[in-house]
Amino acid sequence: MKRSFAAAVAASLMLASPALADWAQTKADAKGQTVYFNAWGGDPRTNAFIEWVSQQMQAKYGVTVEQVKLSDTGEAVSRVQAEKAAGQNSGGAVDLIWINGPNFLAMKQAGLLHGPFLNELPNAKYLDLSPGSAATTDFTVPTEGYESPWRLAKFVFAYDTDRVKDLPHDMAGLSQWAAAHPGRFTHPNPSNFMGATFLKQALVEMAPDAEALSKPVTDESYAKETAPLWAWYDKLRPNLWRKGESFPENESAQATLLADGEVDFAMFFDPAAPAAMIKQQVLPPSVRVWVPDEGSIGNMSYVAIPYNAAHQAGAELVANFLLDPATQAHMQNIDVLGSYSVLDPSKLDASAKEAFAKLPTAPALPTLAELGPTLPEPHPSWMTRLTEDWAKRYTK
Amino acid sequence: MIAIRALFTVVIGAPVLIGVVLTLGLALGWQPGLGQFDPGIDAFAQALSLPGFATSLRLSLVTGLGATLGALGVSLPLGLWLIGRAGAARYLSPLLAVPHAALAIGLGFLLAPSGWAVRLISPWATGWDLPPDVVTVGDPWGLVLILGLMLKEVPFLLLATLIAAGPRDVAGQMATGRSLGYSRAQVWRLIIWPQLYPALRLPVLIVLGFSLSVVDMALVLGPSNPPVLAVQILRLFSAPDPEQARPAAALAVILLGIMGLCLLGWLGAERAVATLGRHWLRRGRRIRQKQSLSGPFLAILGLMLGGGSLVILGLWSVAAFWRFPDALPPGISLSRWQAADWAHPALSSLGLAAASTAIAMILSLIWLETEDRLARPMRLGWLIVMPLLLPQIGFLQGLTTGFLWLGLPPGPVAVIWAQLLFVFPYVMIALTGPWRALDPGLTASAASLGAGPMRRLFRVKLPVLSAPLMTAAAIGVAVSVAQYLAVLLPGAGRVPALATEAVALASGADRRLTAITALMQAVLPLAAYLLALALPLWLHRNRRGLRGGLT
Repeated sequence: MKRSFAAAVAASLMLASPALADWAQTKADAKGQTVYFNAWGGDPRTNAFIEWVSQQMQAKYGVTVEQVKLSDTGEAVSRVQAEKAAGQNSGGAVDLIWINGPNFLAMKQAGLLHGPFLNELPNAKYLDLSPGSAATTDFTVPTEGYESPWRLAKFVFAYDTDRVKDLPHDMAGLSQWAAAHPGRFTHPNPSNFMGATFLKQALVEMAPDAEALSKPVTDESYAKETAPLWAWYDKLRPNLWRKGESFPENESAQATLLADGEVDFAMFFDPAAPAAMIKQQVLPPSVRVWVPDEGSIGNMSYVAIPYNAAHQAGAELVANFLLDPATQAHMQNIDVLGSYSVLDPSKLDASAKEAFAKLPTAPALPTLAELGPTLPEPHPSWMTRLTEDWAKRYTK
Repeated sequence: MIAIRALFTVVIGAPVLIGVVLTLGLALGWQPGLGQFDPGIDAFAQALSLPGFATSLRLSLVTGLGATLGALGVSLPLGLWLIGRAGAARYLSPLLAVPHAALAIGLGFLLAPSGWAVRLISPWATGWDLPPDVVTVGDPWGLVLILGLMLKEVPFLLLATLIAAGPRDVAGQMATGRSLGYSRAQVWRLIIWPQLYPALRLPVLIVLGFSLSVVDMALVLGPSNPPVLAVQILRLFSAPDPEQARPAAALAVILLGIMGLCLLGWLGAERAVATLGRHWLRRGRRIRQKQSLSGPFLAILGLMLGGGSLVILGLWSVAAFWRFPDALPPGISLSRWQAADWAHPALSSLGLAAASTAIAMILSLIWLETEDRLARPMRLGWLIVMPLLLPQIGFLQGLTTGFLWLGLPPGPVAVIWAQLLFVFPYVMIALTGPWRALDPGLTASAASLGAGPMRRLFRVKLPVLSAPLMTAAAIGVAVSVAQYLAVLLPGAGRVPALATEAVALASGADRRLTAITALMQAVLPLAAYLLALALPLWLHRNRRGLRGGLT
């Protein structure tokens, strides 16, 4: 018994040591590198957090993180694509991308990603990586270790309690609310991620057969599942801000409209965003979060490394640092970013658990109960199809 | 001589050509890097069937031609009002220096339904406690975009008008015309201005090319669903689906074609207008008109909009939470100035401007000095204006691919080179006039005293021309700081700059951050102009004839 235990330990050490040696090598390779972290730059808190990550990485590993502030993640994807087109298969400009859904699928299918690397990260042990878990699927697409999660995303609305007294219960009710208050509701342009998410939230709620959404879209399933959505949208649109003829570019632009009182709702993919924006004096203190009764769609945000990244070692080090329980607790602090952690609480040790328990709270910060159930994202092909179809229907 | 010609062809001409060729190639299915060549015009079919293509096309034409015609139309009465006002040009330069993006952002803050203009008159005059659901910024007709473009272009055309009028006897012609019974406005419109127009043609065509293809202003002020053609092209080039690059290139080629057609159309319309004008002249009708007020009225309106845009940037940059419809922010807070990282992009912009301006100055001096030594002009004029006339989106994406292909990765060097394509022409244009106007007696005297060509250049020409040299450098800095696509595309997002940060933040949630970045973008070129004004004064504090001044 004792002997077999020792043998098991020895065996696991033998298994583990090459990985550990690899990681030591990664750390050594990364020293002195500058990692170009291509991340959407529209959120100052996220930018400040990445700045903090850079300082920490600098102090701990001698790695500099330089955020390339994108206005759309697609920019980074097309950059890597252009590099491949020009035959630049190493030394690429993009080291790390904050990525999700269709962008991930596009890069994975085109063979533009480095990996799989998730299992090489020591801090991956804090994740729930059982098959089919949230940390292993991105919009229903298996990540297969080609991306590493870093923050939790869940769709929420924000509204001004001073002005909205009759909250709807679901997306269908939203249309009635808009009819009663014409011009006071809008959503970001569906060519933007957040606008597309709004349509998906409605689709998930209204599709006759929710199961169909988890499979790649077909002409037949698309026609059937989206029919109620478009009927609903055609009724909603005339009552939107500017009669549904123009739309804010993204969630931040819509947050500005809410702050200015041009509309009464904003929407975010981060439940803590409204509370943080109140702190930043961007939104008025009367703003609160609203989630449809049935729940809202959610997923994890990931980072991925392009196949030709110039600083792959540094990028892996950053991905690992983002998964550190201390980093995740710092990130979840509402005074910092307020973004919910991706780690599996049951895998944390006592001190890490305590760090999370001690985090401050804020009036506009929803409890997990208030956030309701998390609905699964449809397969990415649905999003692509929805946005294209929306553009065809409503861009004249 | 051949070496120098080759230098300019490689540095300025080749990048534009490579950019256009690669864009055209991509549109036709040729991707040299991938070794792919499946020729076809299906990308054009795809481009034409994009949702909203017809609207985008119409928008580009309306805003491009509208802004050009509008700016030219407004510059007429304003030119009459300014002509003969000493030092008028001096006040135009700072207006010219404000970058497009910064002005657009300020104008947006001013004119939005919840903007400062409405806040100032609400609710006491309007009864609005909430912003009205009216369409201003981002209007589907592109009117606010036209207004923004005009605010930038009118000073440019006015300056060109004043420079063209400089050597002419405007006062004498005016007196003659008036004595024949024509009103001032008539003499200006029918006699003087047509004589100036040949010198205005190039600036007008530059304005036309720019307005048809502007991206940064259109992102901030233009409609978005669908946007103008140039913005649509940028969206497609940066779409996650790489398949979109080909229709994007096809659209860029279409935009190049539209520019060509508009150019030809404009030149044709010139003839028609000239014929019509001669007809008018022959009829000899006198219009009795009192002193026209449209000049000062337009000047005040323009200054209110332009000045208001800068003031509101300053106000927002220090505002605490500022709710509609308060006319002023409830409190002043410097927290964003302290928290935001505006110094980093500002320093980067400054570095890019210093590098591209220095190279442009050296190139211009090489060109002009070579001309002097050859005693004849070099015939490369088309090279100078090509980057200014072509739509930027039509060749900068192709150029980025070309740079990569030639082994120049995205980064500061690529950005500086791309900026140089726009900085060099303006520096060159700004220097050519003063250089050729230099009193040849000075160099002749120096030569007779035994000074060789190098000594004549460094001891006579450059010191005497120090004031126009500084002005040209300030123009170079202003052009560089204003570049948006030339940073975005060849920089691969790795090169931070105020223009790209400001436009990205313009769709962000925190107006104060946007305001800070836009304000910094406006301050850099203004500082350069002030320096250009002050330095010659100080350098030549005991040389009255060399103090010069801004023109």
